[in-house]
Amino acid sequence: MKGLKKKIDSVKPQFEKGGKFEKLHSVFDGFYTFLFTPNETSSSGVHIHDANDSKRTMIMVVIALLPCCLFGMWNVGLQHALATGDPDHSVFHLFFYGFLAVLPQILTAYIVGLGIEFFVAQVRGHEIQEGFLVSGILIPMICPVSTPCWMLAVAVAFAVVFAKEVFGGTGYNFLNVALVTRAFLFFAYPSKMSGDNVFVSVGDTSVIDGYSGATPLGQLASSDGAALATGITGNPLSLSDMFLGLYPGSWGETSTLCILIGLAILLITGIASWRIVFSGAVGGFLMALLANHFATPLYPVTYLAPIEQLCLGGFAFAIVFMATDPVTACRTNTGKYIYGFLIGAMAIVIRCYNTGYPEGAMLAVLLMNCFASLIDYCVVNANINRRMKRLIVKNQ
Amino acid sequence: MAEIIRIKRGLDIPLQGAASSDVSDDRETTLFAIFPDDFPGPVWKSVVKAGDKVSAGDALLKDKASGSICLVSPVSGTVEEVRRGERRHIQFISVRKDSDRQVSLSPASSAEQIRALIMTGGLWAMMRQRPFDIVPDTSRAPRDIFVTAFDSAPLAPQILDPALEPWLEKGLEALSKLTSGKVYLGVKAGSGISSVSATTVEFDGPHPAGNVGTQIAAIKPVNKGETVWTLDAATAARIGKLCATGCVDYHTTVAITGPCVKNPHLIKTEMGASVSTLLDGNLKTTSDIRIISGNVLTGLKIDKDSFIHYPYRQITVIEEGEHADEFMGWASVSPKKFSVKRSFPAFLRGLSKPFDFDARVKGGRRAMILSGEYDKVFPFDIYPEYLIKAIIAGDIDRMEKLGIYEVAPEDFALPEFVDTSKTEIQKIVRDGLDYLRKELS
Repeated sequence: MKGLKKKIDSVKPQFEKGGKFEKLHSVFDGFYTFLFTPNETSSSGVHIHDANDSKRTMIMVVIALLPCCLFGMWNVGLQHALATGDPDHSVFHLFFYGFLAVLPQILTAYIVGLGIEFFVAQVRGHEIQEGFLVSGILIPMICPVSTPCWMLAVAVAFAVVFAKEVFGGTGYNFLNVALVTRAFLFFAYPSKMSGDNVFVSVGDTSVIDGYSGATPLGQLASSDGAALATGITGNPLSLSDMFLGLYPGSWGETSTLCILIGLAILLITGIASWRIVFSGAVGGFLMALLANHFATPLYPVTYLAPIEQLCLGGFAFAIVFMATDPVTACRTNTGKYIYGFLIGAMAIVIRCYNTGYPEGAMLAVLLMNCFASLIDYCVVNANINRRMKRLIVKNQ
Repeated sequence: MAEIIRIKRGLDIPLQGAASSDVSDDRETTLFAIFPDDFPGPVWKSVVKAGDKVSAGDALLKDKASGSICLVSPVSGTVEEVRRGERRHIQFISVRKDSDRQVSLSPASSAEQIRALIMTGGLWAMMRQRPFDIVPDTSRAPRDIFVTAFDSAPLAPQILDPALEPWLEKGLEALSKLTSGKVYLGVKAGSGISSVSATTVEFDGPHPAGNVGTQIAAIKPVNKGETVWTLDAATAARIGKLCATGCVDYHTTVAITGPCVKNPHLIKTEMGASVSTLLDGNLKTTSDIRIISGNVLTGLKIDKDSFIHYPYRQITVIEEGEHADEFMGWASVSPKKFSVKRSFPAFLRGLSKPFDFDARVKGGRRAMILSGEYDKVFPFDIYPEYLIKAIIAGDIDRMEKLGIYEVAPEDFALPEFVDTSKTEIQKIVRDGLDYLRKELS
């Protein structure tokens, strides 16, 4: 590696101030620090540092997302095969079909998002930050497989510029960038983002009789309450199907099993907050229990058992990967319990009682993003009041 | 039976190179120095010039405002140099030792006499006050005095030399006359040190259990408008000896520690000793190393021909690592990288076994991204992240409300170590305290 390092060092001056490629300084620096950990040594304060840095943190999140990502690709292939009545394909074939179906979206998200990040970093004279490494893979995973790439590009650009860069970049945004992208798509192009025909990649092939491409929650929302959720061939979904994620939906978020594997990685490495995940699951479960107790045909989703509520749709994915985004979540430990609980409860409330939205997880997280600072403010104020009280007691 | 307080939030960093208990006294150090910047607060002016003869205990510097607080020479000999930097700021005064003369003062028993004596004997400047972490202001009486009897920092030696231990009780007795409140002695659980003049409190748990700031927070936090004094047990024992005999004992035991030291051990010498004699022949390598006066968390980076700074009794030598050129370090699966995050496989082999650290920051500086990192190693009823943000914003009202009067930079050393965003937290806190003091004076 010494040779490579030498070679890069020899072209480095061209990217520095006054060099030929001065305008690409941030990009060069980004790739340089990607290849070689900076040799910078500490100049004040502690002389040694923990090995964990922001790059490592983001990479761990991407690794945690991989099980969901790989399963999602396979599931895209599976749903396609089921829809076209041709299920006799090898695992590899199904996976490869799904991989090709989602690859353009992944590329679009990264190219547009990182392009803007690189540009802004250069204009501001900053280092390129790693936040979008995670957002770039999260965004396609929470979108329907048939989302056109141009829409995705517009949405990513909007989210990166208006939800992140205008506030100062990674670490300063108050809304989750991936969810802002999703919300932008949902509200700007509603016909392409919901309904029965966007969640399964059918292609030009004709579909089998009795095919319905609606997600389970979509089916239930428009049913009369007595109906059972079914797969796309009309067979009823069992709880294990729901847990494993064998149904149509935004492609990365259907498998609760894979989400739990990702959660294990995030909790072992200490990157995600168990407080948020735990209280989120409790909040969702209790709310679902309550809704189920008062189930009414007016709101058919309320007939779902609490455990089904937690497995279906984007709930688990949102709690594990969206609510735990440390930048947009509450930052105090007490706040995290409240924040997680409210996201869980709110997601189920929206899902059950607002038939206009078949899924509530996205809106619940975005809503609580807005309240995260307020919750923290109250928690910190309690600390301030304790300190004040001490002072008053002393003065009496 | 003393009360035991268990500190849960903290971290013992397993740095290689702990000093053995061997004490050597064969290293003849002749050059010693005092750095006025190690005693923040007063403005110091020199009262000697190069070539002057001084005895151990003679003043080298005095504070400009009152002229009564002295920084004294730890040895007797000739003033070698008064080194000045920009704008004639005194960097250090060095003394070449040539004899064993010692200033003898008259013992003291009343509060007024004790105050005057410890100022003249150079021991006042070795205490600190909170708020601001500076040399105590002579015009303010302390609410309480906190003495810590152990150092929990990485590879730190014990605070009390056997030679000083008998004087501790006398010192605590003298200190108790200087406050209308109490003197608290924070000791390591099970160490057997106790006192009748002071309230003994035992502490158990990882670093920063030995930091006096942690002990104050657990015993009786500082409120706005209050002042407390802090010192270590060695200074307290010196005060005891000074008050009883009129002589100060400037002898100290220095631990030579760290992964780059061949034979980590203890050396008997006086305060402010020249580092080169202490390290001579005991380094594994002489290039690409960092010599630290003190521990790796709060110490100062020094040259090899410099001196030990106050208040340290330790030299740590680690690799600098500026030529490490690590390829894709973020993808490393090396078990040699220490992280509390368990995102590196080192946690599988156990994080309590010794690790080899170098001085690299190991990542780019970022905005605060992960939350709750600091709280895990910060045993105060304070929200460190919010306090740091208030300091950066220069918001005095908020700093006060969030508890800035209770802290010193050293309390933030562990948060700075674990910080994924590599923020220079101790520097921010020091600047914040200085800013606050300036604005409030």
